[in-house]
Amino acid sequence: MIRASEPPVIDARHVRKSFGDLEVLKDISLAVRGGEVVSILGPSGSGKSTFLRCLNHLEIPDAGTILVNGSPMGYRQHVGRLYELPPREVARQRRSIGMVFQRFNLFPHRTALENVMEGPVQVLGRARREAREKAMAELDRVGLADKADAFPSQLSGGQQQRVAIARALAMNPSAILFDEPTSALDPELVDSVLAVMRQVADAGMTMVVVTHEIAFARDVCDRVVFMDQGIIVEEGAPEQVIEHPSHERTQRFLARIHTAPGGPAATDGPAATDGAQP
Amino acid sequence: MSDHSPRPGRPPTAADGQHPAAGAPLPADSGPHADALPIVPLRHYGQWVAAAVVILLLARFVWQVATESQVRWDVVGSRLFAGAILQGLWITVVLTVVSMVLGIIGGVLLAVMRISRNPVLVAIASAFVWLFRGTPILVQILIWFNLALFLPTIDLVFVRIDTTQAITPMLAAVLGLALNESAYMSEIVRGGIISVDAGQREAAEALGMTEGRILRRVVLPQALRSIVPPMGNELVTLLKETSLVSVIGAGDLLTKAQAIGSVDFTRMEMFLVASIWYLVLTTFTTLMQAILERRLGRSVSGVSPGESAGGGGWLGRLLRGWLPTTRTSTPEAPATATSAASPTITREQR
Repeated sequence: MIRASEPPVIDARHVRKSFGDLEVLKDISLAVRGGEVVSILGPSGSGKSTFLRCLNHLEIPDAGTILVNGSPMGYRQHVGRLYELPPREVARQRRSIGMVFQRFNLFPHRTALENVMEGPVQVLGRARREAREKAMAELDRVGLADKADAFPSQLSGGQQQRVAIARALAMNPSAILFDEPTSALDPELVDSVLAVMRQVADAGMTMVVVTHEIAFARDVCDRVVFMDQGIIVEEGAPEQVIEHPSHERTQRFLARIHTAPGGPAATDGPAATDGAQP
Repeated sequence: MSDHSPRPGRPPTAADGQHPAAGAPLPADSGPHADALPIVPLRHYGQWVAAAVVILLLARFVWQVATESQVRWDVVGSRLFAGAILQGLWITVVLTVVSMVLGIIGGVLLAVMRISRNPVLVAIASAFVWLFRGTPILVQILIWFNLALFLPTIDLVFVRIDTTQAITPMLAAVLGLALNESAYMSEIVRGGIISVDAGQREAAEALGMTEGRILRRVVLPQALRSIVPPMGNELVTLLKETSLVSVIGAGDLLTKAQAIGSVDFTRMEMFLVASIWYLVLTTFTTLMQAILERRLGRSVSGVSPGESAGGGGWLGRLLRGWLPTTRTSTPEAPATATSAASPTITREQR
């Protein structure tokens, strides 16, 4: 599935990012090849979401470059220099990378179908008819063809997230970034979203997934990256990183996840307490 | 009155099992349970007295006005549809609509300037708002009308305009009202734009939308929900403010009413005629506003929120943004909540 012979779809080199005095990303490098599914694990505040947002320039890195399909994101390379691109050009670059957010971020004033059509019609300039057919096909793919005319507020969280995935797919991107796509969902809705993501992965989409779902990372991903405090602590095949982590920090993180009663997502802070305080 | 409105009968709960008369909790099996006893609602005698006093005072005043005042109601009735009055009414409506449309356009422009990253644009827009909101609208209208006194010609690079010729009462009125309105509208629009969830902009950016398109397709349509209610207030205020242009004789409803009234000593009658028409217009505006708000609320608040339990819907997501992100600790947002907390930017009383 992984197109190893081609240059990587996403190639992040020495990315650094600080918010004020806090250095969130300390020299992160990561290459993702076509068809590859990479998950980024790590405790809250490890910088994994910030890194993901750097990949499509929702955050602008302080240093380092991000090559998307070989061209630097946000810049134009010319005789050994990087010239900052105007917003319009950055917007053009972003078309090739889809993004799915933790809180779905569907447009609440548009129906599911209109949400999925918005990108193709407004950004790619597709004809409405053609875009509508494509959007229906994508909604069908995520199992929500019957909800095409529903507004986001009429959908469950899981359904909204699946519409969001359809919205990303409708742009025919070369890669999709998932920013904790199941963290805002109620436990019983998580599986429906993971099933759709698995199906998208099986269809050969290049994916970078920031997640707390260890099972998903282990079963679906080609590679797992463990981040902590702004650096990549460990990366490799899922069985290697998840089953036999070599680094002590990875071991500690995974141990906490496996022993937490509320499932993988219950690891951030004291969420798993059931009023059992003394 | 509303502070003391009778509360709906509280449903009996387990805590009511304690009989108050006993002084101490009774054993559970002695006497009937509280939910079997009839409930005697609290009588609000004070409210009845207050209402009676107010009605009496009001009735006496109305009676006194009706019997002693010298308003000739037949004049009011016959002048209500007089040609000049209807003409003035038309001018008032035109003034209001034109000023409002220009005010909205100017307001959106100023709001976008103020949230831009260009410090010069921010400063210019801020100064504009400061100037036009900080001086009385009446003074602004007078200044525009008398512009020729200190600026005989206006040089607009490619044309030179003779101010005395150009500034008619009508133009001075529109300039004064529209520019003033822009300043107020810009604050309302800006508040609306800010109230849109930042994730909306990000989702649009991630799709590859350009700045202008994000504003037109994503941000402004959603901002409209928090813009429309104060905008309706603006329209009502503006409608009434057009009466100020009577000082420069712009031919509006009040100008005409005063003109007729001062000729044949029916000033009070003509004021009443004008007031009736202003009331008709503001009532109509308020009704239109209510209809518009209902239409706008439809897509977002969800006509049938039956299924919103899982994701918590639009508001649920908004609330979730302030709550811990871990699944197990996130309480369900109420699916029945009706409106989002939006910044209420209303014009101070003038």
